[in-house]
Amino acid sequence: MSADLTRMTAAALADMIAGGEVSSREVTLAHLDRIAAVDGAVHAFLHVSADRALEQADAVDRAIAAGADAGGASLSPLAGVPLALKDIVVQQGVPTTAGSRILEGWLPPYDATVTTRLLDAGVVILGKTNLDEFAMGSSTENSAYGPTRNPWDLTRIPGGSGGGSAAALAAFEAPLAIGTDTGGSIRQPAAVTGTVGTKPTYGGVSRYGVIALASSLDQVGPCARTVLDTALLHEVIAGHDPRDSTSIPTPVPSVVDAVRRGQTDGIAGMRIGVVKQLRGEGYQAGVLESFDAAVATLTAAGAEIVEVDCPHFRYGLAAYYLILPSECSSNLARFDAMRYGLRVGDDAVASAEQVMSRTRGQGFGAEVKRRIILGTYALSAGYYDAYYGSAQKVRTLIRRDFENAFTAADVLISPSSPVTAFGIGEKVNDPMAMYLNDLATIPGSLAGIPAMSVPSGIAADSGLPVGLQIMGPALGEERIYRVAGAFESAYLAQHSALVPDRAPELEVAA
Amino acid sequence: MTTARLLDYDDAIERFDPVLGLEVHVELGTATKMFCGCPNEFGAPPNTQVCPVCLALPGAMPAINRTAVEYAIRIGLALNCTIAPWCQFARKNYFYPDMPKNFQTSQYDDPIASNGYLDVQVDGRTVRVEIERAHMEEDTGKSTHVGGATGRIHGAEFSLLDYNRAGVPLVEIVTKPIIGTKAAAPQVARAYVTALRDLLKSLDVSDVRMDQGSLRCDANVSLTPAGNPVLGTRTETKNVNSLRSVERAIRYEITRQAAVLVDGSRIVQETRHFDEASGTTSSGRSKETAEDYRYFPEPDLVPVAPDAEWVAEIRDALPELPWLRRDRLQAQWGFTDLEMRDLVAADGVDLLAATVDAGAPAADARSWWTSYLGQQANARGVGLDELSITPTQLAAVIGKVTAGELTTKLARQVVDGVLAGEGEPDEVIAARGLAVVSDDSALQQAVDEALAAQPAVADKIRAGKVQAAGAIVGAVMKATRGQADAARVRELVLATVGAQG
Repeated sequence: MSADLTRMTAAALADMIAGGEVSSREVTLAHLDRIAAVDGAVHAFLHVSADRALEQADAVDRAIAAGADAGGASLSPLAGVPLALKDIVVQQGVPTTAGSRILEGWLPPYDATVTTRLLDAGVVILGKTNLDEFAMGSSTENSAYGPTRNPWDLTRIPGGSGGGSAAALAAFEAPLAIGTDTGGSIRQPAAVTGTVGTKPTYGGVSRYGVIALASSLDQVGPCARTVLDTALLHEVIAGHDPRDSTSIPTPVPSVVDAVRRGQTDGIAGMRIGVVKQLRGEGYQAGVLESFDAAVATLTAAGAEIVEVDCPHFRYGLAAYYLILPSECSSNLARFDAMRYGLRVGDDAVASAEQVMSRTRGQGFGAEVKRRIILGTYALSAGYYDAYYGSAQKVRTLIRRDFENAFTAADVLISPSSPVTAFGIGEKVNDPMAMYLNDLATIPGSLAGIPAMSVPSGIAADSGLPVGLQIMGPALGEERIYRVAGAFESAYLAQHSALVPDRAPELEVAA
Repeated sequence: MTTARLLDYDDAIERFDPVLGLEVHVELGTATKMFCGCPNEFGAPPNTQVCPVCLALPGAMPAINRTAVEYAIRIGLALNCTIAPWCQFARKNYFYPDMPKNFQTSQYDDPIASNGYLDVQVDGRTVRVEIERAHMEEDTGKSTHVGGATGRIHGAEFSLLDYNRAGVPLVEIVTKPIIGTKAAAPQVARAYVTALRDLLKSLDVSDVRMDQGSLRCDANVSLTPAGNPVLGTRTETKNVNSLRSVERAIRYEITRQAAVLVDGSRIVQETRHFDEASGTTSSGRSKETAEDYRYFPEPDLVPVAPDAEWVAEIRDALPELPWLRRDRLQAQWGFTDLEMRDLVAADGVDLLAATVDAGAPAADARSWWTSYLGQQANARGVGLDELSITPTQLAAVIGKVTAGELTTKLARQVVDGVLAGEGEPDEVIAARGLAVVSDDSALQQAVDEALAAQPAVADKIRAGKVQAAGAIVGAVMKATRGQADAARVRELVLATVGAQG
C-alpha cells in the first residue's frame, strides 16, 4: 500500500484524499516511511518534520470529513498532498540552514509567503531539503551537511543547488517539491534526476522569506514528477505579494488549463525555436541525441521548428558570474553573528569585528567565500563600471536576443543541462567546469523569463536522464506548460512510461 | 587629550575664507518605518519595535513606505528642488553591528530631489544656501558602548544594541559648498539649520527634535586662503545636537584649522566629534583612505517613479512657508520686529496664532505667552508648547479679563489651575472661587465696613487726600479675597465718602 502511494502523482493523491479513498495521514505516513527507508542513502532531507506533517495531514482529514458532512466544501486542489521544501525557504519553528554552518540551529520566527500559501492550501510539508550552501553550486556537494546522491545512481550528483528537492522527487520520497532557481538550480537538478521543474517569470512567485542569493535573479518555483503536478503546485505558490516589491501584480497564470490543453489539443501550429547557441561544443553526445529526439517528437506533434540566433548568450556565463557574486556579497553581509546563527570566538575579549570575522571565516564554505570575494571586488570603486556595469549591459543584450527570438518562435527549447549527472567529487576542484553546468539555463535567468525542464528521455551513452528546457517570453508560463504537457503525453505514448518511473529501484533499508 | 592650538577668530577670517557643507538628516514622522510595518516611535523599550525585515532576518525583504516618499517629495518641493520622475534606492555596504543588513538602503546616483535652495536671513541680510540633493534612506539601530574611556566601540567592554531605530525613514539634505560668507559663516550655518527646522516643522514631516536626534546636522568645514578659489581639505563634525552647537562647532573648527594651516601643517581629512560641554571638536575616524561603500542599485526594490500628477498634488497642498507666514502674521498683529523676534525665539508663533484664532486680542495673547507663561515654561524647564494649557483655554481666560469677570491677578490663578491639571478655566474658577465680585451691594457693604473700621482714613479722604483711598481699597480687596475689581472698589470708596476721584 505504502509503495503504491509514493508512486502516485500529486493530482491522483489529491483526488483520492478529497474523495475519501485514502486519508492525508496515510499518504503522509507512506512518504515518511519511504524517507526512513531510502534517505539514509539519498540524503535529500536535512530535516524531517514528521510530527508537524502529521498534524497538518490530520487537519486536512478533519476538514474533508467536516466538508463531507457539510455537503462538500471546496478544497484546495492539492490539499493533503505531501511536499519537500528546499531549506532556503523559511518555515516558522522549523530549522532552516540554507545548507550553511552559519545558520546551524536557527529557528525562523516567521513563515515565507510561499510557506504560508502551501500551508493555507493544505499541502503537507514533510521537511527541508538539502542544497548547495546558500544555493551556490550545481551538484549539492557544497552543502555543509554532506552531499545528496542521485537516486538514479548513488555515486552521482543530483544537480544543484536544489539537488535535495529533485532527489526527493526521483526517490519517491515526495510527489511535490519547492525549488529556487538563480541560474538553473531548479532546471538542472530536474534534468539530471529525470523530474520536472519550473523557474517562473522573475517576480511570479514571492521571494519574501526565501533566503536571498542574488536578488535580481532568484526565483522560487514548483517541482514534481509530472508536468500537471508541477502546474498544480505553480498555481498554489504564484501570485502578487506586497511584501516582495519585485513581485508582479498580475493574476496567477492558468498553467493547469494550459497543461490540459497541451495534453488534449496538442501543439499543432506552434512555432518552437531551437537556440543555435545552446548546443554543440560542451554538450554530451547522449544529451544532444535525446534533444534531437525531442525535436522530432515535437515536429511529429505538428509544431513548426525554427532555428533562432541569440548571439549574446556567449557572454551570459561571464555576466552571471559578476552579477551574482556582487549581489550575494551584499546579501550575505547580514550573517555577522550579531543577531542569530553561529557565533565563533566570542571570548569576552574579542571585539565585535573580530567575532564577525571569525564567524564568517568558519561559518561559510569555500564556494561562498569565493563568490563573496569576487563580488566585493567587482563592486569596488574603480571596477564597478568595468565589471558590474558591463555585466548589466550584457544582461540587456541577452534580453533583446530573447525578444528577437520570440518574434520568430512562441517558445524556445534547448537541453536543460549540457551533461547528464556526473560523479560525486568529479568537479569539486574545478569551479569553472562546475559553472559550465548552467550554460543553458543562465540566459533565461538573466532575462527573467519563465523556463522549465521536462525529461526528454534517457541518454544512450550514460543511461541517465536528460532534460528538455522550454523557455517562454516574460509571463509566458501558459505557453511553456502547454508545450511541456503535449511533449510529456507524446513521450508517454512512445515509451509507455514516464522517465521518473524508469529509474532503477533503490535499495530499501530494512 | 591635548588641547588644540586655536587662532583668534578675527585673524582666522582675515587670512582664510571658510567653506561650509551641511548635511542634515531628518527622521520622518511617518506612522511606520521606511521598509516595514513596525511603528516609528521614539522612546519605546529596546528591541520592541522590530520585525524580520528591520532585524534583517534571513529571507526578509523590504517594501517602500509610500508616505515616506510623499514626505520626501514635500521636502524637496519646499526646498525648490527638482523632483526626479524616476529614482532608485542603492545599497551602501559597510559592516557595523547596529546596521542589521550590514548595508544601508539609501539613494546614491539617483536622489528623489536635487538642485534647490533655501534663503535664510542673517542680520537682516538674505543668504541663499544652495541645495545639492535630498535623498531617502533608513536609520541604523542605536549602539550603547559600555565601559572604556571614550564611549565608542573601541575599548568598550560590551555594547548594547537597540534596533527600534533601525529602518526609521530619513531624508538627508545636502547643501552645495557654502562660500563667501566670511566671518558670518557660523551664523549662516545656524540660520540655515534653524530655517530648515522651521520649514520641516511647517511641512509636518518630522517633529524636528535635535535633542532626540530626529534632526541631526553634520558640518563640513574647510578653509581656503582668502581669495583663493581652490577648496581646502575638509573635516566633518558630527554630534552637533543643537542650533547653538552648529554655530559653536563651526566657529571652533575655523579657529582650529586656521592654527594648523598657519603652522604650515595640513588638515587631516577626518570625522570629528563635537563635545557640547567644552565646545571643542576631537578627532574621530580618519577619512584619508576613503571607505569604499560599494554602492549598487538595490535589487530588492523596484524604482520609485512618482507620477507628475501626484507631485503636483503634493505641491498644491504645501503649507504657507514659515517665514512668509511670519511676515503676514506680524503685519496682522501689528508687532514690532523686536516683539516678533522674541516670539519666534520662544517658539510661540503657532501658539499665538491659535490663541488669536480662538478670539484673543494679539497684544494680550503675546503678553501672556512671552511673559507669564514664558516664566512658567522656564521654571519647568520645558518649551511653551509643552505647557499643559491650550491656546483655546488661554483665549477663554483672556476673554474673561476683557469682560471684567477676572482681574489679571485672578486670571493668573486660573491659568495656574489649568497648568496644574485642575480642568478647564471655568472649572478652576468654580473650584477655587475666583470670580470677580461685581455685585455692588456686596461690595458696598464691604466698603462701608472698611470705612467704619478705619475712621481716620475715611476722614483723610473726605478732606481731599484721595490717595489715602488705597488703604480702604486694600482692605476691601482683602475682605473679598482679591475677587473684587479694584478700580470699581475705588469708585465706590470715593462715592461713599463724597470725594472726587
